[in-house]
Amino acid sequence: MKRILSSRWVKPVVFLAALAPLLLLVWQFFHDGLGANPLQFITHATGDWTLRFLVFTLAVTPLRKLLNLPDLIRFRRMLGLYAFFYGCLHLMTYLWFDKFFDWADIVKDIAKRPYITIGTLGLVLMIPLAITSTVGWIRRMGGKRWQMLHRLTYVSIVAGVIHYYWLVKLDVSRPLFYGGLTAILLLYRVAVWFMKSRARRVPAPVAA
Amino acid sequence: MIIKSRQSSDLRYSQVTPKGEYLNRRRFLSAGSLALGALTLPAQPAQAGTKLEGVVKSSYTVSDKATPYKDVTTYNNFYEFGVDKEDPAVNAKNFRTSPWTISVEGDVAKPRKFDISEILKIAPLEERIYRHRCVEAWSMVVPWIGIPLNALLKLVEPTAKAKYVAFQSLYDPRQMPKAGALDFPYMEGLRLDEAMHPLTMLTVGLYGEVLPNQNGAPLRLTVPWKYGFKGIKSINRIRLVGSQPSTSWNTMAAREYGFYSNVNPNVDHPRWSQAKERRIGEFFKRDTLMFNGYGDQVAGLYSGLDLKKNY
Repeated sequence: MKRILSSRWVKPVVFLAALAPLLLLVWQFFHDGLGANPLQFITHATGDWTLRFLVFTLAVTPLRKLLNLPDLIRFRRMLGLYAFFYGCLHLMTYLWFDKFFDWADIVKDIAKRPYITIGTLGLVLMIPLAITSTVGWIRRMGGKRWQMLHRLTYVSIVAGVIHYYWLVKLDVSRPLFYGGLTAILLLYRVAVWFMKSRARRVPAPVAA
Repeated sequence: MIIKSRQSSDLRYSQVTPKGEYLNRRRFLSAGSLALGALTLPAQPAQAGTKLEGVVKSSYTVSDKATPYKDVTTYNNFYEFGVDKEDPAVNAKNFRTSPWTISVEGDVAKPRKFDISEILKIAPLEERIYRHRCVEAWSMVVPWIGIPLNALLKLVEPTAKAKYVAFQSLYDPRQMPKAGALDFPYMEGLRLDEAMHPLTMLTVGLYGEVLPNQNGAPLRLTVPWKYGFKGIKSINRIRLVGSQPSTSWNTMAAREYGFYSNVNPNVDHPRWSQAKERRIGEFFKRDTLMFNGYGDQVAGLYSGLDLKKNY
């Protein structure tokens, strides 16, 4: 496993795998595979993949610690950027095919409908993260500040889950599934933070 | 042939049906009603896909292009068979629609159970091409086949106490394993005058054939000026009652699903605008019409009623 993760081929493979949902959509589009309401299908698919990639991104740190696979960190930026990428496609579907760039209507929609407001918030918060995802920006900002900023991902994923939860009419099992994953991923961080702060307060036993 | 819709007041069935056929039907009906008491009708193999015979074209028909059969039968809501639009077509395949009886009861002089095959003979089967607007802001155009609901209601003779009609769907968890989202059985209701309106249809088929299971076989309601969820599917019980009956979606979320649920571009659903709709198969959204375009015929039912409050 460790050998695979550190190989030079694994990155392009993950890149292509992450692109596959989009390629599948394009293929289905040309082969009548999107059902009776293709634009709704695309909206739901891109929304789903945004949430999934946010989950993948946030799973990197716990997995790499728990499984002792430090090389997993090589994929975190790519996964995060893919979350942003699918989020942009999701937003474009809404702006273009649902609203046809009727900005007055869009602004009204965002202001009036809580599920759209919070979805927009979640996506907008990803913009600074995407911009500052390069090594240059990490250096310019300094690791600590960069890390602080990138904790906005937590807000984004929570906003995404609420957006989904408020959207569905009745059967909330799928939003709850994402909510559960998000809770696990965030609780892990809370637990780590809690243990660290305790370790700091209680001095380690000194060997005699 | 497509006949444009006209004012309802202009229209009588005798005018839209060839005279010979019309007389023939009278003879058939009187013979039928004589026979009804005497013998039990054999259950018809009312299989989805079977062609319905003796269907007359109604003038209650819009000239909009009909939505393809495939989309009408694979994209719909029927929560007893799952919450995704594609679920009902898959999960309702083996749903048994025969034998099937519909009991009509409550404030009526002649309560009665009907076999589905009897319903088919109450009035001539008509094909009516109706606009169908879902509360989720998509729409279709469907060539339904059925009879006016008022033909059935007249047979049971509603009493003076009857003010509303309450409908109930079959709920059989053994056959409907995906149910669980709503509080079943599914219930819907209309005011008596809405139920008696000539546009309100008891539907048994679409596209010339017996209604597919996923579309509400063997018998569903079609009320073209209201959102689609009012069109309760697989009906097995109809009750005439004195006060407004509770209905499934209204009970679930009254703020989002009113009792009336008339198609109304001026009253938004809390989570989305109703001003526009996506006609299945079309790229651009189109403006939603008041009462789904049936205002000439039905607006009078609501004079004096605040449609913002009574959505």
